[in-house]
Amino acid sequence: MTNATDQVSIRRKMGRLAPVLPALIVSVAAAIAFILFPYDLAFLTRIVIMMIFVLSFDLILGYAGIATLGHAAMYGCGAYAAGLVSLHLASDPLIGLLAGAVAGALIAWISGCVLLRAQGVALLMISIAVTMVLQETASQARWLTGGADGLAGITVSPLLGMFEFDFVGQVAFVYSVCILIAVLIFCCILASSPFGLALRGIEGSASRMRAIGTPVYRRKVTVYVIAGAIAGIAGALAAQVTGLVGIEVFNFSLSADVMVMLIVGGAGRLYGALVGTLVFMVVHHIAAGIDPFNWLFVIGFMLLIIVFALPKGLISLPDRLVALLRRKP
Amino acid sequence: MTSGLAVHGLSKNFGGLQVARNLTLSLPNGARTALIGPNGAGKTTFANLLTGVLKPTSGTILLNGKSVGKMSESERVRAGIAKTFQITNLFRDLTVRENIRLPILERERRTNKVFCHSDGIPELECEIFQLLEDLALTPLADKPVRGLAYGQQRLVELALTLALKPKVLILDEPAAGVPSTESHLIVQAIKRLPADLSVLIIEHDMQLVFEVANRIIVLVNGAILLDGTPQEVISNREVRELYLGADHG
Repeated sequence: MTNATDQVSIRRKMGRLAPVLPALIVSVAAAIAFILFPYDLAFLTRIVIMMIFVLSFDLILGYAGIATLGHAAMYGCGAYAAGLVSLHLASDPLIGLLAGAVAGALIAWISGCVLLRAQGVALLMISIAVTMVLQETASQARWLTGGADGLAGITVSPLLGMFEFDFVGQVAFVYSVCILIAVLIFCCILASSPFGLALRGIEGSASRMRAIGTPVYRRKVTVYVIAGAIAGIAGALAAQVTGLVGIEVFNFSLSADVMVMLIVGGAGRLYGALVGTLVFMVVHHIAAGIDPFNWLFVIGFMLLIIVFALPKGLISLPDRLVALLRRKP
Repeated sequence: MTSGLAVHGLSKNFGGLQVARNLTLSLPNGARTALIGPNGAGKTTFANLLTGVLKPTSGTILLNGKSVGKMSESERVRAGIAKTFQITNLFRDLTVRENIRLPILERERRTNKVFCHSDGIPELECEIFQLLEDLALTPLADKPVRGLAYGQQRLVELALTLALKPKVLILDEPAAGVPSTESHLIVQAIKRLPADLSVLIIEHDMQLVFEVANRIIVLVNGAILLDGTPQEVISNREVRELYLGADHG
């Protein structure tokens, strides 16, 4: 029994340190990128925002096993909410982020209560339908959203009253990285919590989870709302950084891209979301620069190779290499 | 108030097909009852009716005198009715320890907690340690379940259900698919179950049934044919012809 207590004590100490490591890695990587690519900060900021968005999707697909193609709904609502708050209520960026999180969580709760009763193809279809309805609503409500022209002229006041958003995008980049680190730490804590373990259980066998007394539907709605809030934050960041929100934020392709980024990186491990987003967006950027008409070919080819060679994504590459080396005499 | 599980007039129809017919039985605390019957007799359906996977067409289910018939599957588990699956249903990517940790966290109503570590609760970890010891699973504790032999997986299945500390335990063919060299592990585990636990064992393996049960219910076409001691079942001509084979005994 003492042995068990000792093990728990060691694990608890390790557990406390666990969220610090990814935060450290992201901070160092961001600092290096900031120094090496000072004129590409707008692109780097887009990558960071997408990382937040993909992290939120990892919570629902990678951990809870909920496959949807409508994650843009929460991102879009977050973007519109932050844009509207900035234009009509308060220009403080943190208030905009809060509005984005609330909007994302709210739409996730409303839609999640319906779509999480479905499974498989029906779930995919309903999630697409929710996003299409929201896109059409945004398009029709011109008085509020600007319709097809979108919300323009979004400006935010200096961050914490001190840091003005500059033309080069330094403040926007640092601001986005800070939010990414905060989201990553939260996701790490969630993943290692009893709630995170329950999500992995649901992903593994929902019927077994019911048989141990878990209210599976309630847990799914909860994680969907949490992921919705994070996606809303990503949308709000995008609105604040670009100063514009168009109805494209609800595009089906955005939801599909998020899924591809997660599959490329590896679902259910958080780091996979970061790696997948980075690789996808850099390859996309370079391929589109070389051939603006056929860049999709490169993305498709990359996805094919990864799905066949590394079904668990790029994040599983080190494990695979170690396994291969061990197999050789 | 009746202690244990009491079922009265339980029936289930799928359209015109009646799969459970007016089933009445009781499982008092400490019962070791086996439910036997030929394939298609309705044994698993009966288990599903008790656990809430299926809703009965009519009848009542009482646990310690309180009706649980309208409760959902997860509510019945929380009330104290737990089951093992006929085909092993585990969290294959999780380790044995994590598999056992999950039902304990659920029993303690902790799976909605976000701001604490899942393995950071010493008293629960000690309980996991004890369960692993009891079922001789300690050497496998940190191995993923997918890599275990089938007999070991059946033990994990049992550990997972025992972790819920149920009042009534339904074992749906606990030895199904287990090689004969490993079935003694299952028998030993069942024999070591807490004395006050009501156990209903659905099983085809008659050797196992006679070894662990002190009461046997024979189910045929969704209805109870006989409810008695192992000796009464063996000596019943109809049962021998229908299920055990005319030469048994």
